[in-house]
Amino acid sequence: MGLLSRKATCNSHGQDSSYFLGWQEYEKNPYDETKNPKGIIQMGLAENQPKTQMQQVSKEMANPFSKNLLFSKITMAIPEFKKALVDFMSEIRGNKVTFDPNNMVLTAGATSANETLMFCLAEQGDAFLLPTPYYPGFDRDLKWRTGAEIVPIQCSSSNRFKITESALEEAYQQAHKKNLRVKGVLITNPSNPLGTTMSRAELDLLINFITAKEIHLISDEIYSGTVFSSPGFVSIMEVLKDRQLENTDVWDRVHIVYSLSKDLGLPGFRVGAIYSNDPIVVAAATKMSSFGLVSSQTQYLLSAMLSDKKFTKEYLSKNKKRLLKRQNKLVSGLEKAGISILESNAGLFCWVDMRHLLSSNTFEAEMELWKRIVYDVKLNISPGSSCHCTEPGWFRVCFANMSEDTLKLAMQRLKSFVDSMNVNDSNKSHQELKNARKSRSRNKWVFRLSFQSFHDREQDER
Amino acid sequence: MVAMSKIATGNGHGENSPYFDGWKAYETNPFHPSDRPNGVIQMGLAENQLCLDFVEKWLMKHPEVSLCSPEGVSKFKETALFQDYHGIPEFRQAVAKFMAKVRGDRVKFDPDRIVMSGGATGAHESLVFCLADPGEAFLVPTPYYPGFDRDLKWRTGIELVPIVCESSNNFMITREAMEAAYERAQEANLRVKGLLITNPSNPLGTILDRETLKAVVKFINEKNIHLVGDEIYAATVFQEPEFVSISEIIEEDDVVCNRDLIHIVYSLSKDMGFPGFRVGIIYSYNDAVVSCARKMSSFGLVSSQTQHLIASMLSDDDFVENFIAESKEQLFKRHKYFTWSLAQVGIGSLKSNAGLFIWMDLRKLLEEKTFEAEMKLWRVIINEVKLNVSPGSSFHCDEPGWFRVCFANMDDNTMEVALLRIRTFMMKNNEAMVPRPKLCRRSSLKLSLSRSRRMDDFMSPGIMSPHSPLPQSPLVRARN
Repeated sequence: MGLLSRKATCNSHGQDSSYFLGWQEYEKNPYDETKNPKGIIQMGLAENQPKTQMQQVSKEMANPFSKNLLFSKITMAIPEFKKALVDFMSEIRGNKVTFDPNNMVLTAGATSANETLMFCLAEQGDAFLLPTPYYPGFDRDLKWRTGAEIVPIQCSSSNRFKITESALEEAYQQAHKKNLRVKGVLITNPSNPLGTTMSRAELDLLINFITAKEIHLISDEIYSGTVFSSPGFVSIMEVLKDRQLENTDVWDRVHIVYSLSKDLGLPGFRVGAIYSNDPIVVAAATKMSSFGLVSSQTQYLLSAMLSDKKFTKEYLSKNKKRLLKRQNKLVSGLEKAGISILESNAGLFCWVDMRHLLSSNTFEAEMELWKRIVYDVKLNISPGSSCHCTEPGWFRVCFANMSEDTLKLAMQRLKSFVDSMNVNDSNKSHQELKNARKSRSRNKWVFRLSFQSFHDREQDER
Repeated sequence: MVAMSKIATGNGHGENSPYFDGWKAYETNPFHPSDRPNGVIQMGLAENQLCLDFVEKWLMKHPEVSLCSPEGVSKFKETALFQDYHGIPEFRQAVAKFMAKVRGDRVKFDPDRIVMSGGATGAHESLVFCLADPGEAFLVPTPYYPGFDRDLKWRTGIELVPIVCESSNNFMITREAMEAAYERAQEANLRVKGLLITNPSNPLGTILDRETLKAVVKFINEKNIHLVGDEIYAATVFQEPEFVSISEIIEEDDVVCNRDLIHIVYSLSKDMGFPGFRVGIIYSYNDAVVSCARKMSSFGLVSSQTQHLIASMLSDDDFVENFIAESKEQLFKRHKYFTWSLAQVGIGSLKSNAGLFIWMDLRKLLEEKTFEAEMKLWRVIINEVKLNVSPGSSFHCDEPGWFRVCFANMDDNTMEVALLRIRTFMMKNNEAMVPRPKLCRRSSLKLSLSRSRRMDDFMSPGIMSPHSPLPQSPLVRARN
């Protein structure tokens, strides 16, 4: 019997994670307003599709000029596309930074971009440090075929999951203990799953760290166009520029990953990009991009779209407004169920605090709760453990990939669930929960509203 | 300063080969009929541009397949959001149907075994990631496509061991050659995991006959190694004998084969002329490989916009049938004219019935039978004749003097310019050559008076070989 490779038979593709199991359950029983109203609502998919936004993009497509796209030289790649893409990236950053199209490498989605960068920068025996919680797909994208390792930079709710100097150092030491050579740090800014942007202080800290250790920094900025409220988005490039670090060593070691899957809501089109100031990285990544180029048909379409500056300006503005409105709807819906979130200003999801609903402060309890939410409440949300969160009880809940009505329904289901939980558990576990709650921090930023039956009891604990 | 990976800083990308140097020469000075009439003509790129107008006509009649038209924009949203790595079902069904049609409907393909990849380039790499570990090896018959050095080895860490094929038997794959390659791998302590064949062959333009295919299948089953059949040129077979696919061989009664070892790489880049669309396919008879390759397809999914277009186009049975027939016809005509024109000036090529190129025989033009001489001749062709052709050494050919020349990636006028340059070069190099009124019309770009009559003279088999009774160019005679 012909054997397969180790890669084929191992689990490093990461698809046995609950992150993906939830999707599988959704696929077996997907919600549909008319055909399957009792199905599972997908809240585990970070996609950007508020209805009218799609109409916006579609309208652009029906423009008579677009007819020319039918008859293009369909086999040739489009140089104008890179230019249009870098201009779009600049626009998102308030034109505070500009990008050179020659430093950009197109890839088949950010999935491919991240893997390709790993192939360029790391190999077996090397590690990248990633702040937790992080996007579950990184386990596959960064490690599977490259052989590189991920070492977590532990972040906790005690300080809003911000990256600290001690956490960075601790992670660096951890890697060394495992005999791994640290090649760099990878951050996602805005963060998936947190839905927050990094502060200037954090970015400064990171630059200092990678300078001192002489390592790379990859900034995955695929959600940069989804920042819907303050503080605004600060790109790593902006900080480098402000610190006048252009054309220094560290300038060459900072690389950006971008994509149109989240900001423009076009995940099917597979448009990703690597941006680097290091010509050697650009050259190597360009050669590797042969394994996952962007369809020229798609480049042609998007080149026209992104070159229309009136459209991009209006789109970015409308996108922000609609995301803000939709996030507010989710937050108020959760509120009604007595659930709070990590205050967020970006992304297509919220980092939801359900610690108080756990039967115990363990990951087993988190899994127990998650299973009930997927199978009984029929909402696919992503458990924090799948994002390598160090504390049980956090869940990523997406809000931009469904209609307003569906979101409303989801929140109703959740509320009913929590209410019923409360009735069942009020006698048994109330005391346990109360004790557990006493030990949690009470920072003002934790936007916490209790639901009715606990309300009176909680008053004296605030 | 922290180093990049060894993969990134090494030469495994294979781009320092003359195969790519020629492209660079073309890129710095590309031919254009009016802007750059003295530029380099690209004959090193195996692209099929002969039927794109046929496709354009179909697109004009079907505005609804484009997401950009008023007729088609209603599909925009669901298509833009579709990122399931199983692929759009209609796309897989249409591709499976197309693959069957290309094989004369003699076999059927299961749409659920169709896995997407970033072109055939991505398909090859992913398959190797599925089938082999770093340090293991694949056997590949020479001459082979230079890109395999990058696609199969670079990031995967495997080795390629050549199955040496020789001109003495028209580069056919023999049992002895396969055994010899396997033994060499053993001696080098390399564990052989598979064998890769390209059928129809790049660069030869020939197809593997039934006996050879059966011998290959027998061999891999005996050694218990995988067989990857790269069939990306399947629809470019423009003349008898008919193409035989691995998928047909394994169905034959007298063939014993473990299907878990059989995998096919396909693409629309050559057969349809859509290299820009990056439509690569892995088709495996092994369930575990399908599953693993599908997970890996995340690194190179086909744009859903393209899937949508292809699904519509290849579901149109009339279009598919007409396209395949038209493409064969155009390739046949272009091939015949090109090889005949070369023969006029004494240049022979391996007899071929497929592909987008010919395997041109310039052994007699070499100063000596060495690869250095081949490189010298190649530089002359690039710099003086200004044609980018690909030297056989870049294809790991074991004999110097062979060159791959592409003929389907240009319009008729550019073809005439290329042929004129070849003729000029051949004549310039031989002052003693007597102009033949029948063959040479220096005043005209066209090479023949009555093309069809001339071509009739050369239609019989075997006539294109270097051993033909055609009078050879004095340049050739001088070297003997």
